Amino acid sequence: MEIVNQEHVQELLTSFANKDVYIHLETTNGSYASHFKEGFLNAGAFIRNVVIKFELGKIVGDSPHRVGLKLPSGWIYAQGITHYTVDEHDRLLLAGLDHEGKLSVALHISETPFTY
Amino acid sequence: MIKKERHVLIVLPHPDDEAFGISGTIAAYRKMGVPVTYACLTLGEMGRNLGNPQFATRETLPQIRKAELEKACEAMGLDDLRLMGFRDKTLEFEDDEKMVKLVEDLIQESNPSLVISFYPGYSVHPDHEATARAVVRAIRRMDETNRPKLYAVAFANNTEEDLGTPDIIHDIQDTIEQKLAALRAHESQTVWMMKELDEKLAAKDPERMKWVRYERFFSYKWDKDFE
Ligand SMILES: [Zn+2]
Repeated sequence: MEIVNQEHVQELLTSFANKDVYIHLETTNGSYASHFKEGFLNAGAFIRNVVIKFELGKIVGDSPHRVGLKLPSGWIYAQGITHYTVDEHDRLLLAGLDHEGKLSVALHISETPFTY
Repeated sequence: MIKKERHVLIVLPHPDDEAFGISGTIAAYRKMGVPVTYACLTLGEMGRNLGNPQFATRETLPQIRKAELEKACEAMGLDDLRLMGFRDKTLEFEDDEKMVKLVEDLIQESNPSLVISFYPGYSVHPDHEATARAVVRAIRRMDETNRPKLYAVAFANNTEEDLGTPDIIHDIQDTIEQKLAALRAHESQTVWMMKELDEKLAAKDPERMKWVRYERFFSYKWDKDFE
Protein backbone atom coordinates (compact mmCIF):
# COMPACT_ATOMS: atom_id res chain seq x y z
CA MET A 1 0.00 0.00 0.00
CA GLU A 2 1.06 3.59 -0.49
CA ILE A 3 0.46 6.77 1.46
CA VAL A 4 -2.83 8.26 0.31
CA ASN A 5 -2.63 10.44 -2.78
CA GLN A 6 -5.79 12.40 -2.18
CA GLU A 7 -6.46 13.34 -5.77
CA HIS A 8 -6.00 9.79 -6.98
CA VAL A 9 -8.21 8.31 -4.25
CA GLN A 10 -10.88 10.89 -5.07
CA GLU A 11 -10.84 9.79 -8.71
CA LEU A 12 -11.09 6.16 -7.66
CA LEU A 13 -14.00 6.81 -5.29
CA THR A 14 -15.85 8.64 -8.03
CA SER A 15 -15.28 5.72 -10.40
CA PHE A 16 -17.27 3.46 -8.04
CA ALA A 17 -20.20 5.87 -7.63
CA ASN A 18 -23.68 4.91 -8.84
CA LYS A 19 -22.80 1.23 -9.22
CA ASP A 20 -23.61 -1.79 -7.09
CA VAL A 21 -20.45 -2.31 -5.07
CA TYR A 22 -19.34 -4.67 -2.31
CA ILE A 23 -18.10 -3.09 0.90
CA HIS A 24 -15.70 -4.21 3.61
CA LEU A 25 -15.58 -1.84 6.57
CA GLU A 26 -13.74 -2.53 9.77
CA THR A 27 -12.38 -0.73 12.79
CA THR A 28 -10.27 -2.49 15.37
CA ASN A 29 -8.02 -2.04 18.38
CA GLY A 30 -6.89 -5.65 18.11
CA SER A 31 -8.24 -8.45 20.27
CA TYR A 32 -5.61 -7.96 22.94
CA ALA A 33 -6.24 -4.29 23.73
CA SER A 34 -7.95 -4.92 27.06
CA HIS A 35 -5.43 -7.67 27.89
CA PHE A 36 -2.53 -5.23 27.68
CA LYS A 37 -4.46 -2.37 29.21
CA GLU A 38 -7.03 -3.60 31.69
CA GLY A 39 -10.22 -1.62 31.79
CA PHE A 40 -9.79 -0.52 28.17
CA LEU A 41 -13.11 -0.67 26.35
CA ASN A 42 -12.28 -2.68 23.26
CA ALA A 43 -14.73 -1.40 20.67
CA GLY A 44 -14.79 -2.14 16.97
CA ALA A 45 -17.11 -3.00 14.11
CA PHE A 46 -16.91 -5.20 11.03
CA ILE A 47 -19.07 -5.55 7.96
CA ARG A 48 -18.15 -7.44 4.81
CA ASN A 49 -19.66 -8.19 1.43
CA VAL A 50 -22.64 -5.95 1.84
CA VAL A 51 -23.83 -4.48 -1.47
CA ILE A 52 -24.49 -0.76 -1.60
CA LYS A 53 -24.76 1.98 -4.20
CA PHE A 54 -23.45 5.40 -3.28
CA GLU A 55 -24.15 8.59 -5.14
CA LEU A 56 -21.22 10.61 -3.85
CA GLY A 57 -17.89 9.53 -2.44
CA LYS A 58 -15.40 11.98 -0.92
CA ILE A 59 -12.02 11.90 0.73
CA VAL A 60 -11.25 14.92 2.92
CA GLY A 61 -8.78 16.21 5.49
CA ASP A 62 -5.01 16.04 5.76
CA SER A 63 -3.66 12.60 6.57
CA PRO A 64 -5.15 10.77 8.39
CA HIS A 65 -8.05 11.30 5.99
CA ARG A 66 -11.76 10.79 6.29
CA VAL A 67 -13.75 9.05 3.58
CA GLY A 68 -17.52 9.38 3.31
CA LEU A 69 -19.99 7.68 0.99
CA LYS A 70 -23.43 9.23 0.62
CA LEU A 71 -26.16 6.65 -0.05
CA PRO A 72 -29.67 7.40 -1.31
CA SER A 73 -30.93 7.01 2.25
CA GLY A 74 -27.89 6.73 4.46
CA TRP A 75 -24.16 7.09 4.97
CA ILE A 76 -20.94 5.17 5.32
CA TYR A 77 -17.78 6.78 6.57
CA ALA A 78 -14.34 5.83 7.82
CA GLN A 79 -11.77 7.98 9.55
CA GLY A 80 -8.06 7.51 10.11
CA ILE A 81 -7.29 6.53 6.51
CA THR A 82 -3.56 6.77 5.72
CA HIS A 83 -2.81 4.21 2.98
CA TYR A 84 -4.38 2.85 -0.18
CA THR A 85 -3.89 0.50 -3.07
CA VAL A 86 -5.82 -0.83 -6.02
CA ASP A 87 -5.28 -4.57 -6.06
CA GLU A 88 -5.14 -7.00 -8.98
CA HIS A 89 -8.94 -7.37 -8.87
CA ASP A 90 -9.41 -3.60 -9.28
CA ARG A 91 -10.62 -3.27 -5.72
CA LEU A 92 -9.92 -0.08 -3.84
CA LEU A 93 -8.38 -0.90 -0.47
CA LEU A 94 -8.19 2.00 1.98
CA ALA A 95 -6.50 1.46 5.31
CA GLY A 96 -5.46 3.35 8.39
CA LEU A 97 -2.14 2.12 9.75
CA ASP A 98 -0.99 3.32 13.15
CA HIS A 99 2.55 4.45 14.06
CA GLU A 100 3.66 0.80 14.28
CA GLY A 101 2.10 -0.07 10.92
CA LYS A 102 -0.80 -1.95 12.48
CA LEU A 103 -4.19 -1.79 10.86
CA SER A 104 -6.76 0.29 12.75
CA VAL A 105 -9.40 0.85 10.09
CA ALA A 106 -10.14 -0.55 6.63
CA LEU A 107 -12.61 0.41 3.93
CA HIS A 108 -12.61 -1.68 0.75
CA ILE A 109 -14.79 -1.09 -2.31
CA SER A 110 -15.16 -3.69 -5.06
CA GLU A 111 -17.44 -4.47 -8.00
CA THR A 112 -17.00 -8.19 -7.29
CA PRO A 113 -17.57 -10.00 -4.00
CA PHE A 114 -14.72 -10.38 -1.51
CA THR A 115 -13.71 -13.90 -0.53
CA TYR A 116 -15.76 -15.23 2.44
CA MET B 1 10.83 -34.60 30.20
CA ILE B 2 8.34 -34.87 27.37
CA LYS B 3 6.34 -38.08 27.52
CA LYS B 4 5.85 -40.16 24.42
CA GLU B 5 2.28 -40.18 23.11
CA ARG B 6 0.24 -42.35 20.77
CA HIS B 7 -1.01 -39.37 18.79
CA VAL B 8 -1.20 -35.66 19.58
CA LEU B 9 -4.07 -33.49 18.34
CA ILE B 10 -3.60 -29.72 18.38
CA VAL B 11 -6.68 -27.50 17.95
CA LEU B 12 -6.08 -23.77 17.64
CA PRO B 13 -7.84 -20.92 15.84
CA HIS B 14 -4.98 -18.89 14.37
CA PRO B 15 -1.86 -19.58 12.36
CA ASP B 16 0.95 -18.60 14.80
CA ASP B 17 -0.98 -19.71 17.94
CA GLU B 18 1.18 -22.83 17.84
CA ALA B 19 4.44 -20.95 17.44
CA PHE B 20 4.63 -19.02 20.71
CA GLY B 21 4.13 -21.70 23.33
CA ILE B 22 3.72 -25.09 21.62
CA SER B 23 6.10 -25.29 18.66
CA GLY B 24 9.06 -26.66 20.62
CA THR B 25 6.78 -29.36 22.03
CA ILE B 26 5.40 -30.22 18.59
CA ALA B 27 8.92 -30.48 17.17
CA ALA B 28 9.94 -32.69 20.11
CA TYR B 29 7.02 -35.07 19.51
CA ARG B 30 7.83 -35.27 15.83
CA LYS B 31 11.46 -36.01 16.65
CA MET B 32 10.25 -38.93 18.82
CA GLY B 33 8.15 -40.16 15.92
CA VAL B 34 4.83 -39.26 17.55
CA PRO B 35 2.17 -38.38 14.94
CA VAL B 36 0.82 -34.86 15.39
CA THR B 37 -2.35 -33.51 13.78
CA TYR B 38 -2.81 -29.76 13.84
CA ALA B 39 -6.27 -28.36 13.09
CA CYS B 40 -6.05 -24.62 12.51
CA LEU B 41 -9.53 -23.14 12.41
CA THR B 42 -8.98 -19.82 10.60
CA LEU B 43 -6.30 -18.14 8.52
CA GLY B 44 -6.03 -15.15 10.87
CA GLU B 45 -7.72 -13.00 8.24
CA MET B 46 -8.32 -10.16 10.71
CA GLY B 47 -4.80 -9.77 12.03
CA ARG B 48 -3.76 -6.16 12.50
CA ASN B 49 -0.18 -6.92 11.57
CA LEU B 50 0.51 -6.68 7.86
CA GLY B 51 4.29 -7.07 8.04
CA ASN B 52 6.89 -4.47 8.87
CA PRO B 53 7.58 -2.90 6.46
CA GLN B 54 4.02 -3.64 5.44
CA PHE B 55 3.82 -6.23 2.65
CA ALA B 56 0.32 -7.69 3.11
CA THR B 57 -3.08 -6.08 2.67
CA ARG B 58 -6.24 -7.10 4.48
CA GLU B 59 -7.20 -9.02 1.32
CA THR B 60 -3.86 -10.79 0.71
CA LEU B 61 -3.26 -11.60 4.37
CA PRO B 62 -5.07 -14.99 4.45
CA GLN B 63 -2.98 -16.54 1.67
CA ILE B 64 0.21 -15.05 3.10
CA ARG B 65 -0.57 -16.44 6.54
CA LYS B 66 -1.44 -19.81 5.06
CA ALA B 67 1.99 -19.98 3.42
CA GLU B 68 3.64 -18.86 6.67
CA LEU B 69 1.82 -21.58 8.59
CA GLU B 70 2.93 -24.22 6.10
CA LYS B 71 6.50 -23.00 6.50
CA ALA B 72 6.21 -23.15 10.30
CA CYS B 73 4.86 -26.70 10.07
CA GLU B 74 7.81 -27.66 7.92
CA ALA B 75 10.15 -26.22 10.56
CA MET B 76 8.43 -28.27 13.28
CA GLY B 77 8.38 -31.44 11.15
CA LEU B 78 4.59 -31.45 11.27
CA ASP B 79 3.04 -33.12 8.23
CA ASP B 80 -0.67 -33.33 9.14
CA LEU B 81 -2.02 -29.79 9.00
CA ARG B 82 -5.78 -29.30 8.64
CA LEU B 83 -7.13 -25.93 7.58
CA MET B 84 -10.70 -25.78 8.80
CA GLY B 85 -11.83 -22.75 6.79
CA PHE B 86 -13.47 -20.51 9.40
CA ARG B 87 -13.07 -16.76 9.47
CA ASP B 88 -10.96 -15.05 12.08
CA LYS B 89 -12.91 -13.43 14.94
CA THR B 90 -16.17 -15.20 14.08
CA LEU B 91 -15.83 -18.52 15.92
CA GLU B 92 -17.88 -17.49 18.96
CA PHE B 93 -20.75 -16.55 16.65
CA GLU B 94 -20.82 -19.96 14.96
CA ASP B 95 -23.27 -22.59 16.16
CA ASP B 96 -21.67 -23.97 19.35
CA GLU B 97 -22.81 -27.50 18.60
CA LYS B 98 -21.18 -27.38 15.17
CA MET B 99 -17.87 -26.44 16.81
CA VAL B 100 -18.12 -29.35 19.26
CA LYS B 101 -18.89 -31.72 16.40
CA LEU B 102 -15.82 -30.52 14.54
CA VAL B 103 -13.60 -31.40 17.50
CA GLU B 104 -15.41 -34.71 18.04
CA ASP B 105 -14.73 -35.67 14.43
CA LEU B 106 -11.06 -34.78 14.75
CA ILE B 107 -10.77 -36.86 17.92
CA GLN B 108 -12.60 -39.78 16.40
CA GLU B 109 -10.36 -39.77 13.37
CA SER B 110 -6.99 -39.31 15.04
CA ASN B 111 -7.66 -41.15 18.32
CA PRO B 112 -5.23 -38.94 20.25
CA SER B 113 -3.75 -39.76 23.64
CA LEU B 114 -3.21 -36.02 24.12
CA VAL B 115 -5.07 -32.92 22.93
CA ILE B 116 -3.47 -29.46 23.16
CA SER B 117 -5.58 -26.30 22.95
CA PHE B 118 -6.35 -23.18 24.96
CA TYR B 119 -7.76 -23.06 28.49
CA PRO B 120 -11.38 -21.81 28.55
CA GLY B 121 -11.69 -18.58 30.50
CA TYR B 122 -7.94 -17.87 30.44
CA SER B 123 -6.99 -17.46 26.81
CA VAL B 124 -7.93 -13.81 26.15
CA HIS B 125 -8.89 -13.80 22.46
CA PRO B 126 -12.57 -14.61 21.72
CA ASP B 127 -11.50 -17.19 19.10
CA HIS B 128 -9.17 -18.87 21.61
CA GLU B 129 -12.04 -19.03 24.07
CA ALA B 130 -14.53 -20.44 21.54
CA THR B 131 -12.00 -23.07 20.48
CA ALA B 132 -11.24 -23.98 24.09
CA ARG B 133 -14.93 -24.38 24.93
CA ALA B 134 -15.50 -26.66 21.94
CA VAL B 135 -12.49 -28.81 22.82
CA VAL B 136 -13.50 -29.21 26.48
CA ARG B 137 -17.10 -30.01 25.53
CA ALA B 138 -16.07 -32.61 22.99
CA ILE B 139 -13.77 -34.40 25.45
CA ARG B 140 -16.25 -34.11 28.32
CA ARG B 141 -18.80 -36.06 26.28
CA MET B 142 -16.44 -38.98 25.98
CA ASP B 143 -16.45 -41.89 28.35
CA GLU B 144 -14.04 -40.94 31.15
CA THR B 145 -11.85 -43.98 30.60
CA ASN B 146 -11.39 -43.15 26.92
CA ARG B 147 -10.65 -39.46 27.28
CA PRO B 148 -7.35 -38.16 25.95
CA LYS B 149 -5.35 -35.91 28.25
CA LEU B 150 -5.94 -32.22 27.67
CA TYR B 151 -3.05 -29.76 27.97
CA ALA B 152 -4.30 -26.19 27.84
CA VAL B 153 -2.43 -22.94 27.25
CA ALA B 154 -3.51 -20.09 29.54
CA PHE B 155 -2.16 -16.57 29.55
CA ALA B 156 -4.90 -14.26 30.84
CA ASN B 157 -3.70 -11.79 33.47
CA ASN B 158 -5.56 -13.66 36.22
CA THR B 159 -4.27 -17.13 35.26
CA GLU B 160 -1.90 -17.67 38.13
CA GLU B 161 -4.34 -16.23 40.64
CA ASP B 162 -7.04 -18.70 39.60
CA LEU B 163 -5.24 -21.75 38.24
CA GLY B 164 -1.97 -21.61 40.10
CA THR B 165 1.23 -22.59 38.30
CA PRO B 166 1.26 -24.86 35.24
CA ASP B 167 1.69 -28.53 36.10
CA ILE B 168 3.16 -29.49 32.72
CA ILE B 169 6.45 -27.84 31.84
CA HIS B 170 8.33 -28.96 28.76
CA ASP B 171 12.01 -28.15 28.47
CA ILE B 172 12.38 -27.83 24.69
CA GLN B 173 16.11 -27.07 24.62
CA ASP B 174 16.62 -29.80 21.99
CA THR B 175 14.14 -28.23 19.56
CA ILE B 176 14.73 -24.57 20.29
CA GLU B 177 16.02 -23.89 16.78
CA GLN B 178 12.87 -25.37 15.25
CA LYS B 179 10.81 -23.21 17.57
CA LEU B 180 12.64 -20.03 16.57
CA ALA B 181 12.26 -21.04 12.92
CA ALA B 182 8.51 -21.54 13.44
CA LEU B 183 8.21 -18.13 15.09
CA ARG B 184 10.18 -16.54 12.27
CA ALA B 185 8.04 -18.30 9.64
CA HIS B 186 5.03 -16.21 10.74
CA GLU B 187 6.83 -13.17 9.46
CA SER B 188 3.83 -10.92 8.84
CA GLN B 189 2.87 -11.29 12.51
CA THR B 190 6.13 -11.76 14.38
CA VAL B 191 8.70 -9.47 12.77
CA TRP B 192 8.22 -6.84 15.52
CA MET B 193 8.61 -9.37 18.26
CA MET B 194 11.49 -11.31 16.68
CA LYS B 195 13.62 -8.21 16.48
CA GLU B 196 13.23 -7.73 20.23
CA LEU B 197 13.60 -11.45 20.95
CA ASP B 198 16.78 -11.83 18.88
CA GLU B 199 18.37 -8.90 20.72
CA LYS B 200 17.41 -10.30 24.12
CA LEU B 201 18.59 -13.80 23.25
CA ALA B 202 21.88 -12.44 21.91
CA ALA B 203 22.31 -10.61 25.22
CA LYS B 204 21.40 -13.86 27.04
CA ASP B 205 18.52 -12.17 28.85
CA PRO B 206 17.55 -14.82 31.44
CA GLU B 207 13.79 -14.06 31.43
CA ARG B 208 13.45 -14.33 27.68
CA MET B 209 15.65 -17.43 27.49
CA LYS B 210 13.41 -19.09 30.03
CA TRP B 211 10.32 -17.98 28.14
CA VAL B 212 11.57 -19.62 24.95
CA ARG B 213 12.96 -22.76 26.53
CA TYR B 214 10.09 -23.81 28.79
CA GLU B 215 6.63 -24.42 27.36
CA ARG B 216 3.96 -24.34 30.01
CA PHE B 217 0.60 -26.09 30.04
CA PHE B 218 -2.19 -26.73 32.49
CA SER B 219 -3.80 -30.14 32.63
CA TYR B 220 -7.47 -29.26 32.31
CA LYS B 221 -9.06 -29.35 35.74
CA TRP B 222 -12.16 -31.50 35.23
CA ASP B 223 -13.07 -31.08 38.89
CA LYS B 224 -13.32 -27.33 38.28
CA ASP B 225 -15.01 -27.54 34.87
CA PHE B 226 -15.77 -24.16 33.28
CA GLU B 227 -19.50 -24.96 32.98
ZN1 LIG C 1 -4.52 -16.54 18.41
